Amino acid sequence: MKKIITLGIISIFLYACSSNTNNDQQSKRSFPEEKAKTAKTSAYDPTRGEGKFETIDVGDKLDVAMAKEGKTIADVKCASCHKYTEERLVGPGWAGVSKKHKPEWLMNFITNPDPMIDKDPELQAQLELCLVRMPNQNLSDDDARAILEFMRQNDGVK
Amino acid sequence: MKLKQYLVLSLAVATMATSFQACRPKGASSAVTGDAAQRTYIPPGQYDEFYNFASGGFSGQMSVYGLPSGRLFRVIPVFSVDPEKGWGFSEETKPMLQTSHGFVPWDDLHHIESSFTDGMPDGKWMFANSNNTPRLARINLQTFRTDEIIEIPNTGGNHCSPFTTENSEYVIAATRFSVPPDGPDSDVPIDSYKENFKGHISFVSVDKESGEFDIAFQLKTPGLNFDLSSAGKGISNGWLFLSCYNSEQAHSLLEVNASKNDKDFILAINWKKAEEYFKAGRGTKQTNVRYAHNRWDEHTHSAKHEMKTEVTVLDIADFEDLAYLLPCPKSPHGSDVSPTGEYIVASGKLAALIPVFSFEKLQNAINNKDFEREPYVGIPVVKYESALHGEVEKPGLGPLHTEFDDKGNAYTSFFVSSEIVKWDIKTLEVLDRQPTFYSVGHLMVAGGNAKNPYGKYLVAYNKITKDRFLPTGPELCHAAQLFDISGDKMELLLDFPTIGEPHYAQALPADLLMEKSLQIYDINANKHPYKTNGEAEAKVVREGNIVRVYMTTIRSHITPDVIEGIQMGDEVYFHVTNLEQDWDMPHGFAIKGANNSELLVMPGETTTLKWVPDRVGIFPFYCTDFCSALHQEMSGYVRVSPKGSSTPIKYYTGESTPTT
Repeated sequence: MKKIITLGIISIFLYACSSNTNNDQQSKRSFPEEKAKTAKTSAYDPTRGEGKFETIDVGDKLDVAMAKEGKTIADVKCASCHKYTEERLVGPGWAGVSKKHKPEWLMNFITNPDPMIDKDPELQAQLELCLVRMPNQNLSDDDARAILEFMRQNDGVK
Repeated sequence: MKLKQYLVLSLAVATMATSFQACRPKGASSAVTGDAAQRTYIPPGQYDEFYNFASGGFSGQMSVYGLPSGRLFRVIPVFSVDPEKGWGFSEETKPMLQTSHGFVPWDDLHHIESSFTDGMPDGKWMFANSNNTPRLARINLQTFRTDEIIEIPNTGGNHCSPFTTENSEYVIAATRFSVPPDGPDSDVPIDSYKENFKGHISFVSVDKESGEFDIAFQLKTPGLNFDLSSAGKGISNGWLFLSCYNSEQAHSLLEVNASKNDKDFILAINWKKAEEYFKAGRGTKQTNVRYAHNRWDEHTHSAKHEMKTEVTVLDIADFEDLAYLLPCPKSPHGSDVSPTGEYIVASGKLAALIPVFSFEKLQNAINNKDFEREPYVGIPVVKYESALHGEVEKPGLGPLHTEFDDKGNAYTSFFVSSEIVKWDIKTLEVLDRQPTFYSVGHLMVAGGNAKNPYGKYLVAYNKITKDRFLPTGPELCHAAQLFDISGDKMELLLDFPTIGEPHYAQALPADLLMEKSLQIYDINANKHPYKTNGEAEAKVVREGNIVRVYMTTIRSHITPDVIEGIQMGDEVYFHVTNLEQDWDMPHGFAIKGANNSELLVMPGETTTLKWVPDRVGIFPFYCTDFCSALHQEMSGYVRVSPKGSSTPIKYYTGESTPTT
């Protein structure tokens, strides 16, 4: 019996080694989304989130045209799950969201949801409530910026 | 378990295994190399080297495997309905299977060939033929879906197809069963075959950008059965070589009556010349044909079906320099052109040798009019020896198909002697032979029909598999066998079962396709007339007895999920728009009692299910494709009331204010 346990431990050890190698090989030919998943979690910045946006300067005033465009996109891609009030539907309502989070966090989250859901403490808490991972809706950078502008308008920025 | 007991047991098992082995045809064990498992094992999460597209034969579909693993990735519905994917069941896909005979839900998908640019697979499309109701299909290699199907007129079984020219200028479709040309005069006695039955070889042009098919012209020939063909490449580009059997022109008991002559023929066609004559207006417009042309539109997510009524025909009897016959031993099957285009390998399936013709010698013979005294049914017959490069002596029994590697070797499949034989194209010397289990039909070398074959792997597609896999009753799977051909000797690596009956296959390097594989349909580019542009636009609209439900899906709810006001006698159309924009996130849709399949709606796509309720009551519907933790909750109800009921149309989702 002892021998079996020893053997088992060795094989787990071997497996661990080989699976590391696999990861390295895999990342060579995997898609960007997968690569992001394997990035280190220790460097995660919960105020900025994770993604391509470092700092977003939104200014004091609202870009009304951009906010309007943002609403059009949100109506198709977001409104199935988010109300623009405080009410929770599938996900939380949007009222106050632009005050609660930094612009770069929001834009990173909506363009790069999967890696952030895996790392962000608040998002992990949300997932326990909602049980549905927020889908990646393939928003372009401009789409994401426009939605952010609509969120600001929704929160009273003029 | 004690060690001794274990040893005894394993010894017993080993003995049993050995004795089973002894009953099997010899060679089964010795054929597999020791490290075969390593060479075919793709660790979890890693990718295969090649995409292997294999015909599904009588399943009517095309399958996509990985090589060297033999793992099945996808079955692409082509000529047969596929309830799993809603193919032929959704309103959008039904037109794809329309023909001049109406809706045809099944066919026999025989061969496939990739689109070529300069004799190499360009990764744009796969072409496929249907053998029963003659059609050609084009499969999009970004979406892995069938984009187009065109019916072939004047044709009695589209077997000799879909082989393409060096730049896929044309896809060839030639009749297996000669028949009288379409039209009212085709009501003739069957024993008037020689007089009234004709062969037709169709040249279907392919638009370089869109891929769209058009039957440019047909060549009319005497009544012959065309089996397979290959277009010339390199020095022989511009020519086409078709094998034909039944030179006896028999119309009954072909098994005997079409196997009498010592020699049948390879028909060599100068297609560039035929194209010239066609462009010069030398053809005749035949206007009594009817054939379907069905096209998929990626923007409307719908197919359009139209009937065409005209085709241009050139009778080869009217031209002296279009067609020549090469005598070929006994019922040739494969007609395969070597990578350089220099040699044409003809496999007489009842012959004991393989003749290899030289393109250069054929040209000289034609120029010198080195013909037999008697033409055959009006076509000059080139003297066998004049065009012959040489014969592969005693290669095996029942040669069928030949493919080529990157080192100047040819590989021929032998059905009767159940083996693959490797030989040198130039010296015609047999270099190696390996058994197949059992009765190989087609074979495929990666890129083996291209100008620069990829080589490395050969796959044998076997007709018989008894005793190779766990038995499954009277019907057993067909199978593929993977060989490594990188060394001097072929090495058997792997058996894997296939769908239907794989007749032919193509292998394309993974890199050629994987990066451009489509992930989602952009919802903003969706031009479906019944698209729901966001959940706020979801609605139910009555138009007389037609009710249209503009419906959306997203993890994890359907909108609307409460629908009332449907009445008996209504025809209900569920137009389901999947609002997801994330890869691998289709949603399904099914409703109780529908005489139909499910829908499987890709991200950003709109797809329609027609439903005619057959009784009053409450009908649940739900998402059929597990999508999220709350997938089980992704459902709703339709209420059906008697005809003339006062229940109004009403629909909502969640706590939204009911709309009337």
